[in-house]
Amino acid sequence: MGRYIIRRLLWALVLLVLVIALTFAIFYLLPSADPAQLRAGRNATAQNIADIRHNLGLDKPVYVQFWDYLKAVVLHFDLGYSYQSDASVKSLILDRLPATVSLAAGAIVIWMLVGIPVGVISAVRRRSLLDRAAMTVALIGVSVPVFWLGLVLLYLFAADIGKFPLLPGANTYVPLTSDPVKWLTSLIMPWFVLAASSAAVYARLLRGSLIETMQEDYIRTARAKGLLERTVVMRHGLRSALTPLVTVMGLDIGVLLGGALLTETVFNVPGIGRLNYEAIVHSDYPIIQGTVLVAAIFIILANIAVDIVYAFLDPRVRYS
Amino acid sequence: MSSQPPPLLEIEDLRVEFATDDGIVHAVDGVSYQVERGQTLGIVGESGSGKSVGAGTILGLTRASNASISGRILFEGRDLVAMPAHELRRVRGSEISMIFQDPLSSLHPFYRVGHQLVEAIRVHRDVTKAAARERVVELLGLVGIPDPKRRIDDYPHELSGGMRQRAMIAMALANEPKLLVADEPTTALDVTVQAQILGLMERLQRELGMAIILITHDLGVVAEMADDIAVMYAGRIVEVGPTLALFDAPQHPYTWGLLKSIPSLEHDPGDELIPIPGRPPSLIHRPTGCHFHPRCAYAQPAHARTDPSLAPVAGQPAHRVACLLDERARRAAWAALEAGEAPAASAALSTAEDGPG
Repeated sequence: MGRYIIRRLLWALVLLVLVIALTFAIFYLLPSADPAQLRAGRNATAQNIADIRHNLGLDKPVYVQFWDYLKAVVLHFDLGYSYQSDASVKSLILDRLPATVSLAAGAIVIWMLVGIPVGVISAVRRRSLLDRAAMTVALIGVSVPVFWLGLVLLYLFAADIGKFPLLPGANTYVPLTSDPVKWLTSLIMPWFVLAASSAAVYARLLRGSLIETMQEDYIRTARAKGLLERTVVMRHGLRSALTPLVTVMGLDIGVLLGGALLTETVFNVPGIGRLNYEAIVHSDYPIIQGTVLVAAIFIILANIAVDIVYAFLDPRVRYS
Repeated sequence: MSSQPPPLLEIEDLRVEFATDDGIVHAVDGVSYQVERGQTLGIVGESGSGKSVGAGTILGLTRASNASISGRILFEGRDLVAMPAHELRRVRGSEISMIFQDPLSSLHPFYRVGHQLVEAIRVHRDVTKAAARERVVELLGLVGIPDPKRRIDDYPHELSGGMRQRAMIAMALANEPKLLVADEPTTALDVTVQAQILGLMERLQRELGMAIILITHDLGVVAEMADDIAVMYAGRIVEVGPTLALFDAPQHPYTWGLLKSIPSLEHDPGDELIPIPGRPPSLIHRPTGCHFHPRCAYAQPAHARTDPSLAPVAGQPAHRVACLLDERARRAAWAALEAGEAPAASAALSTAEDGPG
């Protein structure tokens, strides 16, 4: 078990270096504008631009630039400075992280609370009216684009522009630490928007997984023992049926912590996704590199967490 | 008849059908049999003969939205077919227990063996976890698992196949059932382990006095254990009788096939095993007349039209067979088979004897 975790961690390090190299290469090879020129402003002279280029190290050979970048990231988690605002990328990301974590955590809670019961009921009452209705709604949930759903909700419920002004609209996010009630109300709509498609995916996934599990021989044994059907489903069926969901959830958590770009943009939540979006608009490479790297770290960590959780869930994995 | 106590289990005209996309599967088609207290009934047949479905139906395990079940399963006078699910649940695992073919897939892979046994006890008995655990250690010892105090915390995949089946048996015995339904309990096991498991079941039956329904495709397995044997084919019983009578003078050509297709020590090593030709019929589109006629070496054209019913063999009310051949022809055919003749040769003989009517 310990060995297994160490092997996973070492592999994760290799992956991270690869991701750093890849983001560096992409943004080096595909620039949309000269960063030095962006930095210099409108009325810069050629000398100004050359100075900036030198200060940023952009006149060094590419492998030296990469080495400097890698060294800074690994030793100090120094992700460079924004071309646009000169702020350190690290502090920008850390500033935005709470909003992204708030958004992700609430959405995950909602989609689990909706997806799991719906999946179980649909599987147990397979082919019933309830099952068909739930799966139809789920299909819609999966198919609806996030930005469209977000705009519709704002149009319906936002306090400023909504037909039924029930909830704070876009651009109303406040940190949990400054006002918990406003934090909660401002995030309700983004949470639901972000949770909608995942709740649907999880419900469908769990339904399929549970239907399959309920055909297993050990379910027949559980019934033959005389257990209540509820116990058979919840303790024997669900326990096995949930394991595939863990895999998907690990990935999803990783992706979400990397920033929910669309949702954050529609509701103007100042998270990492929003930061990323702004950076893309302004060709602010250091920020893009930084956010991509942070997202990759989250996904890799989430995957390791999944592998470890899996070993705890399934004793057969532990010993092999 | 009336002075005798009613049998422990009495199945009358049991029918189990499943509606599928391909049509209605007639899995069990009018089966009747009895099991007395403390006795063993062997049910023998190929896969797809309906023997497992029939057994599962006793415990209501085949109840499903696409299943239609009719007939009566009287257990101590109570009809299990008509019994509501919440009542039947209390019979399962306490008065009637079941063990299955593959003990690895029949145990939950995520839970320790002890936990699964404790659960089986506590669902029917109001005892503490500690008391149930003590009882589990005792049960595991009873079924011959060495060092049960340590083994109780093993996961199923940490036990050998034989040990797993012993654990399944321990689970089935946890509440001292009156009837144990064993569905191919040794099929997934090595031959030496098979003998151990059968020996264990015999010993436990003697000690605990329970009745056993032993379902198998292997006549050799039931030969030693069963008091009576029922041979099933295509959802029906085609021959039933006391074990000795059935082995001594088997009446149905399908039973002959089963007997002649298993190797035994009594056989001359030079004797060839005779497989039953063809394959088990589809339970959706069953053959007309006698369901066995397409595979029967002795079938007459008329057998494709007439459906035989179980009738006693002359002088032996307990030994019944559903065969359209007349008794003399059957005796001659079996004698020929016993003499080592191929079925085709004796088929000619039976044709000669098979007069009109």
